This record gives sequence, structure tokens and C-alpha cells, in this order.
Amino acid sequence: MIEIICSGIGGQGVLVAGMVLADIAMEDGKNVSWYPSYGFEMRGGAANCEVKIGDEDLQSPYCYEPDILLTMSESAIDTFEERLKPGGVLLVNSSLVSPDRKYRDDIKVIKVPATDIANELNNHRGTNIIMLGALAGASDIYDVDHVRAGMNHYFDKKGKNNPKNVAAFDAGAQAAIEQL
Amino acid sequence: MAKVLMKGNEALAESCLRAGCRFFSGYPITPQTEILEYLCWRMDEVGGDCVQTESELAGVNMLLGAAAGGMRALTTTAGPGFSLKQEGISYLCGSDLPAVIVDVQRIGCALGDIFMGQGDYWQLTRGGGHGDYRTIVLAPESVQESVDLAYGAFDLAEKYRHPVLIATDATIGQMIEPVELPPMIEHDVDTYDWALKPREEGEPQRAIWNRYWDWEDGGRKYPAYCLEKYNKMEAEEQRWECVQTEDAEIVMVAYGTSARVAKSAIAIARKEGIKLGLLRPITLWPFPQKAFDELEAGGKVKAILDVERNILGQMKDDIVLATGNRIPVEFYGEYWDNMNEFKIVEYVKEMLGRY
Repeated sequence: MIEIICSGIGGQGVLVAGMVLADIAMEDGKNVSWYPSYGFEMRGGAANCEVKIGDEDLQSPYCYEPDILLTMSESAIDTFEERLKPGGVLLVNSSLVSPDRKYRDDIKVIKVPATDIANELNNHRGTNIIMLGALAGASDIYDVDHVRAGMNHYFDKKGKNNPKNVAAFDAGAQAAIEQL
Repeated sequence: MAKVLMKGNEALAESCLRAGCRFFSGYPITPQTEILEYLCWRMDEVGGDCVQTESELAGVNMLLGAAAGGMRALTTTAGPGFSLKQEGISYLCGSDLPAVIVDVQRIGCALGDIFMGQGDYWQLTRGGGHGDYRTIVLAPESVQESVDLAYGAFDLAEKYRHPVLIATDATIGQMIEPVELPPMIEHDVDTYDWALKPREEGEPQRAIWNRYWDWEDGGRKYPAYCLEKYNKMEAEEQRWECVQTEDAEIVMVAYGTSARVAKSAIAIARKEGIKLGLLRPITLWPFPQKAFDELEAGGKVKAILDVERNILGQMKDDIVLATGNRIPVEFYGEYWDNMNEFKIVEYVKEMLGRY
């Protein structure tokens, strides 16, 4: 079983990043649950989703010991870093986090300047896709080509696949792989 | 049919349509609102009516009207809105009308809060309306089970000419899981003789009203009729799931999302050699007495742990009734925080020291 928490600020697309992972899991024939924060959340407020994936019955939908933590804001790290499993992967959007920040020393921290990369690619709304690429590049659970194809399949099914997605995804994956 | 990813609330709504429901009336309230939102556009596609009413009261009373006309009708709500439905539920029971009412449970009294909770067990199973009545209460634990139970709920309601309640919760309503949807069926509003319809010349007037007025003896036989109906529900409709109860020394009793976390707790406990099991009521009423009888006959259980997302352990009353105080019953609850399998296991370890 794999547990993933995607967390950031409402409007950054963390829920979509989690949905792409959930869709890939379903298409792979795995069991999956995706549980969002809801209610008071809004653009600019905290937003997160908890994704569980496995071959077995998943039981509880809540993620208390995530294997991967995809964060897109400093507050997301504040909230969830302590939950990460020892040896787990913490993906940081370093554009929005102080370079002096200290992290746990028993986890793998991958820093990707996703907001800056999105600006360079003239794709301001692609920050979540860059982080998704970074997740695929950083985690040995995922294969980059498989996640890229799954992402395209997810957006194609919705009937709106932005051609800029692939460039954003690959830039995120590359940035993560360089740090391994 | 291929599985699709759907949110619990939307999947439940779609399943009701597929069961032939062509009328919805309700009012938005978190965490239920996606049902109304979904049916606002989807009901048009299947030729039904979706009404966003001015209040929950109007929602349940329009539901009564649609049910009286023979339609498969649905209303949904949460927490405070469920309180407002109670009078209508009493009227549906008093009028022998089948309908489906969903409570996507949240937390707390009064406004409470929009967070995940199982705040309404007593109101679901005891009823907040006036008079003698019971309602079948179905409690799914997943998006797929929400679909399956909602699909069958209309048949169940019509079998007894009685409203059926579905108790989901915020987690099941908000989460997305792969789901297989059942086929679309159309329901004929003229299926049942009792339904109101335009009167031909010379036909007697039909009315849906307090059912005991239908008896020529002035309703003297109505109590026996009622008892027979509720006894039949208790005899035929108890549903439950047992997980590793065969050798369990501690058996958790939990429904909905709490049951899923309880299953995770079993996986942890069993690795540590703790004999932990789960009895999951799928019908909150009728409460699965048969399951408790089997559990007690097994003779292995030292104590029962009621696991619920509320403060007072509302279901504990029913567990004590079902076990006749012959097995100790404790309660483990969470209120602000999500139910946590690790904390449950810690509690179970403490319990084992007591029994």
C-alpha cells in the first residue's frame, strides 16, 4: 500500500495532482481512495488530499504515515512533515519556501522551484503538474513515462489536455532526478 | 461495466437515478451539497425533476407529494437539516409512503460543524419525529456500498410502503473511489394501486392520509398492522458484516467510515498477535441482533468496543440491548480528529488488561 498526501494552497491544483495519481492507480487495476479537505477551503487557504493506493483492500481512507508528501507551500510542510514515514519522500516547492528551512534528517527532501519553472515556461497554472513530474522523478514507486502517459490520459478523458502539460511535467521530473 | 472514479455523494445520486428515481427535492448543506448540485443538471438528462427548495421542510414535504403520486423520490441532507426532516419522516411513516432520505452525517449539536462525524445515530435509529415509528437505516462504508445500498433502497421502501434512510458520512460523501454503477431502470408511477392518480368518472376518491383512517373499523386493527410491519422488517432486513470475529477476544462494533478505520486497526492488531475483530452493522435499524447472538454463542468475546465519531457513543445503547449486558461494552470516540487505527489499537491493548 502507498500513502500520498498532496498539500498546498487552494488554487495551486493539489487536488488535481492527487486525482491524476488516483486515476492512474484505477487504470492500473489497483484499489484507490482519494479524500480531500473540504468545506472552509478556498482559493488562498489550505487545501490537501490524501490518496491511498494498493492491491489489497485499503480500509481506512486517512493517511497517517504517508510514503510521499507533495507540498506546494511552506504551511503544507508545517502541517504534514511530521507524519511522513521515515525514509519517505518530501517534495518541496522551493520557490515558496525559505532556503534556510530545516527538515527532518530521516526523510528524502527534493526541492523543486516549481513556481519559478512555471513562470519560465509561461505556464503559471502548471505548478501542480511540475510537482507531479517531480514526484514521478523522485519516487522509486513511480515510473516517469507511466505517470506522464497517465496524466495525458486523465486530461484527455476530461476533454481538455493543455499541450503545455508535458513540458511542465518533464521539467519537474528532470529537476527531481538531478537531485537523486 | 468499467469502473469510474466518483465522489461518494455524486455516485449515490447517480445510483438513485439508475434505480428509477425521477424526483429530488432538497436544500444545500455541507457535506451533502454535491448530491443536489449533481442532480440539478443530471436529472434533466433523464427527464426527471430536481427542486432546490426554500428549506429542508419544503424538501421533505415535496418528497411526500411525489411519493404519494407513485414516484421514486429522494431527498438528502446533513446534520441540522436532518432535524428539519423529522416531521416529514413521521408523516411518511403515518401515510405508509415509500421514499429515500439520505443523511450525510457531520458533527455536533445545533450548527455543530461541517466536519466529518457520526452525530446522528440516535436521530436516525430512534427518529426525531412524533408518534410510533421505525425506519430501516442503511449505513454504507464506501462509495461502492453507497451505490449498492441506494440502488436497492427504493425496492426496500416499496416492499414495506415505508421510508428508508441512508446514513453516510462526510468522509464517504466527499471521498472518491473507483465504482461500478448499476444499469439504468425506469420506474412506472402506476406500479402500485395505492398511488394517487387522476380519477376516472365514477371511481371512488383516493387519498393518502393517516393510514388508520383507511380501516373501516376506525383503525382498531391499525396497531396490529404496524406491529406486523415492523416485526417483519426486524426479521428479514438485518444486515451486517463480520471481520475476523471467529476467534476475537475484543470485537469492535462500528459502521460507516469508523468501520473502515476499525478494519485497519484489525490489520495492525493481528500482526501483534491481538485477537481483534469487527462487527459492522449495515442496517442500523433493524440492529443486527442475529449477529450479536452468533457472537455470544461463539463464547470467545471478552469485551466489545463501540467505535464512533461522536462524543457520547450513541450506538452503545443498542449494543448493550443486543448483548443483554452479558458482555462488557466500552466506547472509543473521536470528535475533532479523524478516527485513527493506531489509537484504537492502543485502546484495545488497555482493554485487554481489564478483561
